[in-house]
Amino acid sequence: MDRIPILRMGEFLLVTIQVDMHDELAMRLQDDLTNAIQTKGAKGVLIDISAMEMVDSFIGRMIADISGMAQILDAKTVLVGMQPAVAITLVELGLTLPGVATALNVDRGMQLLRRSMDDGDDDASFQR
Amino acid sequence: MKNTTISDAFGKRRADIQAIWTKQLTSAAGSAKGRLSSTELEQQARQFLELFHPAVQSNQLDDINGSEWLEVRAFLEDLSRRRVLAGFSSDETALFIFSLKRVLFDILKDESAGDAMQMADHFWQMNVLLDKLGLHTVKSYQRTREEVINRQQHELLELSTPVVKLWDGILALPMIGTLDSARTQVVMESLLQKIVETESQIAIIDITGVPTVDTLVAQHLIKTVTALRLMGADCIISGVRPQIAQTIVHLGVDLHGVTTKANLADALALALKRSGIAFTKK
Amino acid sequence: MTAMTTLHSSGELPLKTERDIVLGRQTVRRLSQEQGFSLVDQTKIVTAASELARNALIYGGGGVLIWEVLLDGIKRGLRLTFKDEGPGIPNLELALTDGWTSGHGLGLGLSGARRLVNEFELDSAVGQGTRVTVTRWK
Repeated sequence: MDRIPILRMGEFLLVTIQVDMHDELAMRLQDDLTNAIQTKGAKGVLIDISAMEMVDSFIGRMIADISGMAQILDAKTVLVGMQPAVAITLVELGLTLPGVATALNVDRGMQLLRRSMDDGDDDASFQR
Repeated sequence: MKNTTISDAFGKRRADIQAIWTKQLTSAAGSAKGRLSSTELEQQARQFLELFHPAVQSNQLDDINGSEWLEVRAFLEDLSRRRVLAGFSSDETALFIFSLKRVLFDILKDESAGDAMQMADHFWQMNVLLDKLGLHTVKSYQRTREEVINRQQHELLELSTPVVKLWDGILALPMIGTLDSARTQVVMESLLQKIVETESQIAIIDITGVPTVDTLVAQHLIKTVTALRLMGADCIISGVRPQIAQTIVHLGVDLHGVTTKANLADALALALKRSGIAFTKK
Repeated sequence: MTAMTTLHSSGELPLKTERDIVLGRQTVRRLSQEQGFSLVDQTKIVTAASELARNALIYGGGGVLIWEVLLDGIKRGLRLTFKDEGPGIPNLELALTDGWTSGHGLGLGLSGARRLVNEFELDSAVGQGTRVTVTRWK
């Protein structure tokens, strides 16, 4: 069975999506990731989609859901590396992922997570 | 006496046709103008006749859209394309085919051996055929021209609004002139691309030089801001003139969540502050 | 379709499983690349295809994707038709509203896909199925 690997980097988790995901694989990632947050006690999740050539409403919803679920499990999610063409298309599609934090790349995403850890529980400064 | 067909006449006199035609092509003052060497012209004439000959032999002279004429059509399309790029006019390009008329008519006259009916018949067939090929050439010429113009328009759009780096991690897009939908779209796409290339965190779109903004352009601006956020970058719009502010509110466009500043300097100051850069006076 | 539009090539793909959606996306990506679509245009038509293929599978119980490469003067286009024999859509206007869904999606499938293409046609009869045709020009 295909799975998208989840890497652990200190107190953060990193997921790099490099395949054209079918819907079942996307749902499995959602399961795996929420489980990993719990079992590994992760405080932050980075979802790297720089290799993704397309994000449709299904994958978009999965990302928004992961972010929401992680929040409840006390972990921050940052979506990193969205390509311009994908961003333009998502906006046109009407999917703007309002609650999801974003960063240009993994480095920046990591900085954002660290800063939000330093700021403690101040969620307002984290959400843009 | 046995009837000679166009195909027979052509086969028999092929070498003559090529020689006379080549001579005509190279001596025609208009066609060369130093843009094509006589060797090139000779080569083109030879290649064309190599493809034209079997097509004529197929005896499908009244329809050039069939598979018999596929290679001839492709050759003419390629020829037109090259001539567009070399700066030829459409009539100069069409002359390539039309100059063949005289040559072929002379040959057909010779080969008709005084049979006026047959000659008239052959003239007509050849006339129609060459007209069709000529028209096909002109059509291909126009198509290539349109393609060239389209591409140039696009390039012009990109050139007309350069994305500039103001500071490490801060890009600015100074927009000048009337914004239409197509221009806004091209410019926004290049801004997004530059953000990725330079890994810049903040983009400033300065619209000081923009006289008016309509609903569509305002929506494009908002879409750009949203797309930038999805990519993980911030956007500041600067230089919003009072009239534009009025229009935006009257149009009911929601700029909520979009940072705006009066001028580029204020926008840069904010961008620097967000990047954690501070200046002190000596 | 204007009188000038001619069909260059066409083909058909089944939409029976989730993997067919992925295959459909990849086919549409390849076709739009071959037509010289810009990266943004490619992404738009691929995303629209993904939405509509999923609709045909989930709401229509499976169907087919028919693709056609069109030529109109110097314009090149890609037309995609998604056909299913599912329950159909009772209220087309409602189905095209942002946020409306009969299933569990975000309700952006149809209305969103419409914004990603140049031409959009929706045909549906209750009990007989749905056909969505979209075209994007280069």
